Amino acid sequence: MKGILKPVKKGRGGVHTGHCKNTAKMPVKRIPTPPEVVIAMQQHIGAPCTPLVKVGDEVKIGDKIGDSDKYVSAPIYASVSGKVTAIKEVVLATGNKSQAVVIESDGQDIEADFKVPDVHDTESLLKAVRESGLVGLGGAGFPAHVKLNLPQNTDIDTLIINAAECEPYITVDYRECLEHKEDILKGVYAVADYLNIESVIIAVEDNKPKAIEVLHEIASRDDDDGDKVKIMTLKACYPQGAEKMIIQSATGRRIPPGKLPSDVGCVVMNVASIAFVGRYLATGKPLVSRSLTIDGSAIANPQNLRVPIGTSMQYIIDYCGGFKEEPEKIVCGGPMMGFALRGTDYPVLKNNNAILAFSKNSDKELAVKKETDCIRCGRCHYYCPMGLTPTNIERFSKARDVEKLKHAGAMVCMECGSCAYSCPAGKPLVQYMRLAKTIIREADVK
Amino acid sequence: MSEIKEKLVVSASPHFKSRTTTRDIMLDVIIALIPALIGSSIIFGLRALLLTAVSVVSCVCFEYISRRIMKRHNTIGDLSAIVTGILLAFNVPSTLPIWMLIVGDFFAIVIAKQFFGGIGQNFVNPALIGRIVLMASFPSYMNTFTAPSICLKGSTVDAVTSATPLNQITSAISSDGSLEGLPDMLSMFMGFRGGVLGEVCIAGLLLGFIYMLIKRVISPAIPLCYMGTVAIIMLIASGSLKVTAYELMAGGLVLGAVFMATDYATSPISIRGKIIYAVGCGLITSLIRIFGNLAEGVSFSIIIMNILVPHIERLTTPKPFGTVKEKKEKKGVEA
Repeated sequence: MKGILKPVKKGRGGVHTGHCKNTAKMPVKRIPTPPEVVIAMQQHIGAPCTPLVKVGDEVKIGDKIGDSDKYVSAPIYASVSGKVTAIKEVVLATGNKSQAVVIESDGQDIEADFKVPDVHDTESLLKAVRESGLVGLGGAGFPAHVKLNLPQNTDIDTLIINAAECEPYITVDYRECLEHKEDILKGVYAVADYLNIESVIIAVEDNKPKAIEVLHEIASRDDDDGDKVKIMTLKACYPQGAEKMIIQSATGRRIPPGKLPSDVGCVVMNVASIAFVGRYLATGKPLVSRSLTIDGSAIANPQNLRVPIGTSMQYIIDYCGGFKEEPEKIVCGGPMMGFALRGTDYPVLKNNNAILAFSKNSDKELAVKKETDCIRCGRCHYYCPMGLTPTNIERFSKARDVEKLKHAGAMVCMECGSCAYSCPAGKPLVQYMRLAKTIIREADVK
Repeated sequence: MSEIKEKLVVSASPHFKSRTTTRDIMLDVIIALIPALIGSSIIFGLRALLLTAVSVVSCVCFEYISRRIMKRHNTIGDLSAIVTGILLAFNVPSTLPIWMLIVGDFFAIVIAKQFFGGIGQNFVNPALIGRIVLMASFPSYMNTFTAPSICLKGSTVDAVTSATPLNQITSAISSDGSLEGLPDMLSMFMGFRGGVLGEVCIAGLLLGFIYMLIKRVISPAIPLCYMGTVAIIMLIASGSLKVTAYELMAGGLVLGAVFMATDYATSPISIRGKIIYAVGCGLITSLIRIFGNLAEGVSFSIIIMNILVPHIERLTTPKPFGTVKEKKEKKGVEA
């Protein structure tokens, strides 16, 4: 197709995991409002919010129920209408404890009066983005207004919209492209215009031809005013959607260790986040729900659902027909970087993008390999997108050799899991990489 | 609910893993060795098969017994002992007494491999250590090469000691003599000539090489750089394409470059390291062939480079993502 970019520079490494995009054809359905939501005050990285409501308060959808005066934070809004029944400490899927506001739904889904935000310059955009409660919807969950608050003296020339969705199974970003292209376009223009970014590149993996078609259509609408928005297809290979990889593909620039995308003149935003910005600027409705892919061999009816923040995962799984087979592992997020759950009794957070449940025998790749000795085959190095040698880092972490760990670049690791995926000896290399980082951090503190 | 909770597996990401295991890799190497094994059984008769079988069985037994005595978990299931067994058998002449081969297997598995920690920990290739121990201990047996039992040229007499083509080429180069008396190119390629079991059938070895490349068991860097270096040096030294072609096919070069130098544990991991290592192997092999008195340069050159691998690795540590650029930027600022 005309006007579709190819990556400027192909990244090294990466693994072919199999796409398993079983839910790609399923439109995102709104789940029936749950009887109760548990909205954690610690939704993501950064400072927790303080509850702004008391037990017994009546709330409507979109009423602010939590906020913080710390910079790295985003306000939290009620996702159902009803009565606050408790404010208590809960355990989150990540294992962290957090205060949470429990709201019993009245089943009415009454929305508060939303005011369309007044956005006319950079500052008012950032303020509006913060007020919207938006955090990175791709999985990392970093507050969006912090990411968009670009350092004054750096020249940011490229906004990259990440629609790669390289993790197997997850299809919510793909559905976002198909179902909300107008919102994406609005969001792209708002962010690019108010932040004075010259060029926008929307990056999609080449296994999503329909998404490419749709995005290409919206991108070609601006052809008369200088072809600002471009589409880039990435080779479908995990982890193409990682921030460092996508910047390299789009611009050929590499983020030096410990630096941020803004240091190489880029801002990267997830496609669902940018679509939300577009929607928010038009309606003023804050972030109260999000899309999730529910899939995996143990789920009876895999599908894509839009769920209110704070819905119990058990409720969502029950809505999908429950388990058709006994689950061996339940993963929150993608199979490569998500985390395993100890149960299903956790509330959905803003940055969750999938719940996957796998049964024991139907997914051969899930099988836990027995750890054997390293044969130095070098696959971990060959597939590492960061050019590290994980087997050496494993040895150095066992020896607690800080100097060698630093020299080997352990801190550059983004824990994509390509090494552990490919290791024939079944070594939990990502765990060793985390150990290595902890050792370096501890040594630096001393 | 609590029922599920107790049964769920909770582990670090990634939750998917490729199906390839160490055993699969070793099995692929064994499959890759089969064409050459069939070749040598046709060329040298059933004794080739017998020697290979004895070597495999004794390697597996030595591995099992030594792991048992050292109270370590059993590792014969990873099939690496079978690979070592076949490779050592490939490195002896068909006339070698069986007990000598078993001595070689002992040194390969117990001394070179298990004493240093087993699979992945050996610092030199076990099969090559076995071969070198045998060459040092039983030189006359190790240097007796039978003419192949079937021969294209019509010689039907068995058990005639013949010089290997490599000896003939070496003498041809040094004494400026002609290449007469050498088998023709086709015999060289198919393996109808004197030599150790596994090295003669170039066709079979190359089939195995291609199989391993397709299955991504090895990277082509080491075999190609190794053989390429030898080819270039020999071309310069002899000035003849024909001599170069003979040099490439003679001796254990193809066997060594494809199956021995590529041993994971004793070759560098990074691509730059692999190239340096392979060029080093090629250089030493060529020097031994041109100036040395030894019949076989391949084994020694690989072992010497094996020992240098940790140093090569230290010098060629790959730069983590983004660090190269940082240096360039600094230079730009200074300029």
